[in-house]
Amino acid sequence: MNSLRNTFMTVYRGRLYPNHWDLLALFLVFSLIGLFAESARQMSVPYHVGQATPIFLDPSYLPGYALRTVSRMLIALFFSLLFTFVFATWAAKSKRAERLIIPIIDILQSVPILGFLSITVVGFITLFPGSLLGPECAAIFVIFTSQAWNMALGFYQTVRSVPSDLVEAADMFHLSAWQRFWRIEVPFSMPGLLWNMMISMSAGWFFVVASEAISVSNQEILLPGIGSYIATAIASENIHAILYAILTMFIVILIYDQLFFRPLVSWAHKFRAEQVESERDHRPWVIHLLHRTRLLRLVGNYLNALLNAFVNIKFLRSKPITYQTYARSQWMERWAMVIWNLIFGAIIVGMVGFLVYFIFFYLPWSEEKKVLLLGLITALRVFVLIIVCTLIWVPIGVWVGLRPGVAAIVQPIAQFFAAFPANLFYPLAVIGIIRYHLNVDIFLTPLIILGSQWYILFNVIAGASVIPKDLLQAADNLNVHGWLRWRRLILPGIFPYYITGAITAVGGAWNASILAEVVSWGGKKLVAHGLGAYIYESTTAGDFFHIALGIGMMSLLVLVFNHLIWRPLYVLAESRYQLD
Amino acid sequence: MPDPTNTTPLIEVINVNKSFHKGGRQELQVLQDLNFRMNEGEIVAILGKSGSGKSTLMRIMAGLVTPTSGIVNYRGNPVYGPVRGIAMVFQSFALLPWLTVLQNVELGLEALGIDKEERRDRALKAIDTIGLDGFESALPKELSGGMRQRVGFARALVVNPDILFMDEPFSALDVLTADNLKSDLMDLWQNKKTGIRGILFVTHNIEEAALLADRIIIFNSNPGSIRAELKMTLPHPRSDLDPRFRNQVDRVYTLMTTVPATGAAEDLHRIDIGYRLPEASVAEITGLLETLNAPENNGKMDLPDVADTLMLDIDELFPLTELLEILHFAAVSKGDITITETGKAFVESDILERKKIFSAQLKKYVPLIRYICDQLHHHPRHRALEENFLSLLEDYLTEKEADRVLQTVIEWGRYAELFAYDYNAGLLSLENPN
Repeated sequence: MNSLRNTFMTVYRGRLYPNHWDLLALFLVFSLIGLFAESARQMSVPYHVGQATPIFLDPSYLPGYALRTVSRMLIALFFSLLFTFVFATWAAKSKRAERLIIPIIDILQSVPILGFLSITVVGFITLFPGSLLGPECAAIFVIFTSQAWNMALGFYQTVRSVPSDLVEAADMFHLSAWQRFWRIEVPFSMPGLLWNMMISMSAGWFFVVASEAISVSNQEILLPGIGSYIATAIASENIHAILYAILTMFIVILIYDQLFFRPLVSWAHKFRAEQVESERDHRPWVIHLLHRTRLLRLVGNYLNALLNAFVNIKFLRSKPITYQTYARSQWMERWAMVIWNLIFGAIIVGMVGFLVYFIFFYLPWSEEKKVLLLGLITALRVFVLIIVCTLIWVPIGVWVGLRPGVAAIVQPIAQFFAAFPANLFYPLAVIGIIRYHLNVDIFLTPLIILGSQWYILFNVIAGASVIPKDLLQAADNLNVHGWLRWRRLILPGIFPYYITGAITAVGGAWNASILAEVVSWGGKKLVAHGLGAYIYESTTAGDFFHIALGIGMMSLLVLVFNHLIWRPLYVLAESRYQLD
Repeated sequence: MPDPTNTTPLIEVINVNKSFHKGGRQELQVLQDLNFRMNEGEIVAILGKSGSGKSTLMRIMAGLVTPTSGIVNYRGNPVYGPVRGIAMVFQSFALLPWLTVLQNVELGLEALGIDKEERRDRALKAIDTIGLDGFESALPKELSGGMRQRVGFARALVVNPDILFMDEPFSALDVLTADNLKSDLMDLWQNKKTGIRGILFVTHNIEEAALLADRIIIFNSNPGSIRAELKMTLPHPRSDLDPRFRNQVDRVYTLMTTVPATGAAEDLHRIDIGYRLPEASVAEITGLLETLNAPENNGKMDLPDVADTLMLDIDELFPLTELLEILHFAAVSKGDITITETGKAFVESDILERKKIFSAQLKKYVPLIRYICDQLHHHPRHRALEENFLSLLEDYLTEKEADRVLQTVIEWGRYAELFAYDYNAGLLSLENPN
C-alpha cells in the first residue's frame, strides 16, 4: 500500500507542478489576503470623538471604502462563528447552560440590531480612547449581532439533533468531547450552519452600511466605508455619488455571491447526512476552479493534515473511566448545580429590581404610553406591508417557481436583492417625496420592506418549485383549475416556505424601521411617526433612557407578535403542510 | 444456566434494573432483576420482541447506559462508562457520512491516540480482512447496505476488541447479503483471525439466533427479563435444512410463545386498560386468519410455517398473533396457532358482518376501547380529546409507546365504526349520537 495514495490525491497523481488554473486561483487568494491586511492597518489610525473623518466623494475612493466595509463583515463573521461554537455547543451539552443561554438568545434576537449600536457605541469609544478602533468595534459588534443569534440557535438545534446512533458510536469508540465536536457535531451541522451564515451575512450588509455613519449625542462619527460615503453624499445632496455607491455595492455583492455564498453552500452538500447519493446540482465555477488547481489541492491536503493534528491534540483525548474519575465527576456535578442555581437566582432578582427601578423612577408613565402607541403605529406599518408584499409576490413567486427554467434565472436574482442593502436606495425615495410633497407617514412606509420583501419572493419560488409534479398532474387530470387549484394545492404547498419567508421579512422590517422612519436629504429631514423614528432621534440626541425604553418596547412587541402569531403559524406549517 | 466454573466471566450482570423517568414522579421499568454472565469463547444471542429492553441491556453492558441499580462487571471490574475492550456494530451502521471508508475505520484508533502511521496500517489491514479492499476512499453513501455494514465491522474489528457487541446487525440488510455477511463473520470467528474472545448479539430473528449462537437468551417484555436460556449444540456450519436445526428453531418458538408458569393460562389475555396493545392492523390479522382458515391448513398451523408462508419475521408475526389471542380469534400454544369459532365466523363473513364481530370483540376484550366508548357516551356532545386518553396511557407506557398504542386503537375503533376521529383537532366523537 503506498502511503502517498492515501495521504494525497487519488485522482491527480504524478505531476505536482502548478497548472494554469493554479495561477489564477493563487492570484485570487493572494490579492484578497493583501487587501485585507491593508484595511486592517487603516482601522487602527488615531481618532478623537468630534473630529471629522474626511470622506471623499471622488468615486476613485470607493473601492477602498468597499474593502473596509467588507473587512468589517468578515471580522464580525469570525466572531459570530466563535460565539456560535462556544455558546451553542455549551447550551446543547449542558442542561443548566441551556436554561440560561437559549432564552437569552431568543430575546436578543428580537432586539432591533441598530439598538445595539445606540447602546454600545459610547462604551466602545471609551474602551479605546483616541483611536478609531472604538467606533470600529461598535460597527463590527452591530454586524455580529445581526449574525450571531441566528447562527447560534440553528447550530444548537442541529447539534441536539445529531442522530443517536452516531452519538452511541462516538461513545463506544471513546471519542473525547473535543474529537466529537470536530468529527461529528460540526460536520453534521455544516449545511445548516453555512446556509444560516450566508443568510445572516446577506442581512448584515444592511447593518454594516447603517453602522458606518453613526450620530451619537449630536456628533456624527463616520467610519470610512460605503455607508459613510452614502451619508456624506446625502449631506451634500450629491445624487451622482449615491449612484456610484449603489453601483459599487452591486459589484461587491456580486463578488460576495459568486466567490463566497454559492461555493460555500455547494461545498456544504458534502456534509448532508443522507445516506443516498442525491443528484448533484451544477457546481459554481469557483468550486470548479479550485478543483482543477493542483497547488491549491496540495494546500488543501496540508490544511487537512493540520486539522487532523488539531482534532487529535493529545491533551484533549478521552481517558479511560475509572471509579475515581466517575466519583469525582458525580461530586463536581452536584456542586456545579448548587452554584449555578445561586448565580441564576441572583441574576434574575437583580434584573427585576433594576427594571422596576428604571421604569418607575426614571421615566413618567405618559412617556411609556406614548412609546407603546408609537410601537403600535410601526407594527401596523409592518403588517400592512407584509400583506401588500404577499399579494404581490406570492402570485409572481408561484408563477416563477412552477417554471424551472425561469426559476433558475430569477431565484439567484431574488437572493441577490435580499443581500443588497436597501438603505442605499432611501435617498432616492426621499428626493421623490420632497419633490412631489407627498405624505411622509404613508410614503416612507414602503422603505421598511424594501430590503426584506425578497425573502418572501425567494421562499415562495423555492416552495412552488418543490410541489410534486404528480400532484400538479393529478390536479390537471381532475380539471382542478383557477381558485380551487390555488386553495387546494398551491397555497397549502407553499405555506411552510411562505411562513419562513414572511418571518424573516417581518424581522427585517422591524429592524429597517429605525432607519426608514427618519430620512434626510441635505438639510431636509423627513420624520414619520413611529417607534423606529423615536429610537433614531433618541440616539441622535444621546438620550440613553429614551433609547433603552424605545428598544425595550420594540423588543417586547416583536416578542409578543412572534409568540402570538408567527410561532403558531410556523408550527402549523411544520405539522400540517410539510410535503415529504 | 450460570456457569459454575471459577474462571472470571467476560461479562457479568448482577441484579440489574433499569427504569426511565417519565413526567413527574412516574417511572417506567424496562429491565427487571437481570442476572447474566458471558464466558470466554461464546457467541450469545439475546432474542426478544422489539421493545423488550434487549438493546437496553446490551447498552448497559457496554457502559453506554447506566443501570438504575445493579452492577455490571467486565473481566471482574465494575463498569462506569464506555468499556475499552468492547466494540459495537450497529443496526443502522452509524457511519459518519462525511468521512471516507478509511476515515470511518480509523475513527476508533484516532480516539485512542494511536499515531498516524500505525492507524493507517491497521485500518488498511482491517479493511482488507473484511473484504472492502478498493473502497478505501469511497463515501458511505456510495456503498450498498451490505458494504456499509462491512465498514461497521471493520471499524469495530480495527480496535482489537475483546468482545464484539452487535445490535441487530443484519436486520437492515436483505436476506442474501445478510447470509453472506454472517458466513464471513463465522469464518473470522472460527479461524481465530481476530483477538475477539466473545460475541454478543441482539436479534429478533429466531433463525439467525439459532444459526450463529452457542447460547440463546430469550427475553420477556414488560418489563424485560430473561424468560429462558437455550444451549445450541449443533456444530458449525449449521444448515437451516438440517432437521435437527429445524427442531431447535421449533423449540425456540415454543419457548417464546409458552406462558411462564405463573398463574393460570386463563388470565393471560385478560388485559388491563394500560396494556401495551400490539401494533397490528385489521387487514393484517384478517390476512393471517384467512391463511389459517384455508382448506390446506384447516385452522391450525405451526408458527415457523406461518412466518415462512407469510414471510414475516417474529417482530411482525408476534404482534398479530397477540392481537388474535386478545380478541379470541385464535389461540397459540406450544408453537402452534389455532383458529377459534369466533375467528372462523369473522373470516367467513362479509365486510359489514366482520365489522360487527370485530366491534363486539373489541368491546368485550379491550378495556381501553371500552373506556373510550364510555367516555364518548357520557359526554353531553359525545366527543373527547385524544389528549385525555394519551395522558391516561402515559401512566403506564412511555410517551412514544402511549402515542403508538392510542393510534393503533383509534384505527381499530374507526374500522369497527365505534367512533370517528378528527386528526387535525385530535378529537374523537360518536358518529351517530343517540
